[in-house]
Amino acid sequence: MTTSGVAHRVTRTGILLALMLFAIVPLLSMFTTALAAPGSTPQGLTWPSDPHWHNFVDAWSAANFLALFGSSTLIVLGVVPATVAMATAAGYALAQLHVPFGKAIYGLLLVGLTLPFEALITPLYYNLQSMGLLGTRLAIVLPLIGLLMPFGVFWMRAHFLGAEPALTEAAKVDGANAWQTFRRIHLPLATSAWSALAVLFFLASWNQYLLPLVLVDDPTKRTVAGGLGAFQGQYGTDIVLLCAGSLLIILPSLVIFLIFQRNFVKALMQGALK
Amino acid sequence: MTAPSSASAATQPVVPRRNARRARHWSALLWVAPGFGMYAVFVLYPMLQSVQYSFYDWDGIGPATPAGLDNWKAIFTQPELLHSVEHAFILVVFYTILPVGLGLIAASFIRELRPGAFSTTARVVLFIPQVLPLVAAGIAWTWMYSSDGLVNQVLRAVGLDQHTRAWLGDFTFALPAVGVIGVWVMLGFCTVLLLAGIGKIDPALYEAARLDGAGRISEFFAVTLPGLRRELVVCTTFTIIAALASFDVIQIATQGGPGYQTMVPGVEIYRLTFLQQHVGQASALAVFLAALVLVVIWPIQRLGREK
Repeated sequence: MTTSGVAHRVTRTGILLALMLFAIVPLLSMFTTALAAPGSTPQGLTWPSDPHWHNFVDAWSAANFLALFGSSTLIVLGVVPATVAMATAAGYALAQLHVPFGKAIYGLLLVGLTLPFEALITPLYYNLQSMGLLGTRLAIVLPLIGLLMPFGVFWMRAHFLGAEPALTEAAKVDGANAWQTFRRIHLPLATSAWSALAVLFFLASWNQYLLPLVLVDDPTKRTVAGGLGAFQGQYGTDIVLLCAGSLLIILPSLVIFLIFQRNFVKALMQGALK
Repeated sequence: MTAPSSASAATQPVVPRRNARRARHWSALLWVAPGFGMYAVFVLYPMLQSVQYSFYDWDGIGPATPAGLDNWKAIFTQPELLHSVEHAFILVVFYTILPVGLGLIAASFIRELRPGAFSTTARVVLFIPQVLPLVAAGIAWTWMYSSDGLVNQVLRAVGLDQHTRAWLGDFTFALPAVGVIGVWVMLGFCTVLLLAGIGKIDPALYEAARLDGAGRISEFFAVTLPGLRRELVVCTTFTIIAALASFDVIQIATQGGPGYQTMVPGVEIYRLTFLQQHVGQASALAVFLAALVLVVIWPIQRLGREK
């Protein structure tokens, strides 16, 4: 009994450590490579005898990171507040108000939940071209708001379906109209739902690759992921610089995740399961 | 003026209320309008355009000529298009089956641990790949698989020199190699979601199983697995969409090569429109891909709803 218990614990720890190693090793390999001598071809995972921390500074200027982070921030600011606000309003209405054709509207939105971005990229390109928006950040922001909307509405509707009907009734008795009921009662109670949605949309915008690749030529007007793709195209052969640049680019996503990981995972679970 | 007012006196409490209800009813549309409007303009309308384009032959600049069903027939007859769809299904093994399977193992192991530093670290570390841009996953693994990369370094270290190769350039191994990147990205998502699901299973069920003398394995099949039905549906749905509609990782790592060994519909659509100007053909494949995802996802969702 005890020996089998010990054996099980050893296997368990061993397998978990192996999976963790699998998750982290590609990043460690990038890290040691980023510290190798510039222009050299190091081996996969070798701590350099004299680490070149300066590579990160070189990568910073080579990829024009300040412009790239600035651009991504603008795109995120354009996408996230607008999408969260629109999705919250629509989700609330579909769950709590009697929207005419509400079922049909929600059904159409559900179709968008599974639509691959690639299925739309061709017409989006020509439409944005005729709007004269190709090459501008709006060409990323506007379609992204539309593309993220189904998930946002789905998420917020699920939250508001669970809202206590007694609260709405009580507010009605007190003479509050739909807007006041929403603003004073339901919105504050939905803070965890829409803030989790905002974090998910931040990641989705920050990490978006296809739209910037196709719709914006200038890498400094793209998202971080779009800029990283261009950086790989330009410095693909300089593995040291490429690894240093990639690590710099993924650092903000990583930091945001580590700070919010507790709330983030909890919220993700709640939303995904409704 | 006095007569109507006295006549309406009886109904007064009713009429304005009914009007107010009806007004509020229609004004509810205003709440939905901005979000649905953006969705209609940037998703629904382009989707219909894709359907329309798919029946034309168009280079994106000149006039479009009607092509009947040619673009649609090509999907089933042109080997490179057909293979791209096949590859998408092979990727499901790597994006869905392996991460869900390994995720179940990892989640049930983490559940057994006492809450503490190790279980938290395991959860966080496994989830990290999911939050990074897929572009970064592509770059990291392109380096892992290169001639000087870690995979070959390990093979050389254990004396398997004859098996080293440039993995992503190898006709046999390129597709599984790309698939492993999918396992890397999806494993943490599945583990964390399943772990949350296990946390919600009634502990009394585990106790009952133990009283019945169930071992770890039979406990897993009798209690854990049935209790995770909804979580499993979410994991499978999310990862299957990611597999069938994969783009970023493959565009960065192989661009569909060597030859067409790792070509998938997403990359093919991009190439057809933006590199080869076959807009009609790209659109047919795009509509086909969207429909394919729906057809695969629908029964899984049904399964999740049944009790």
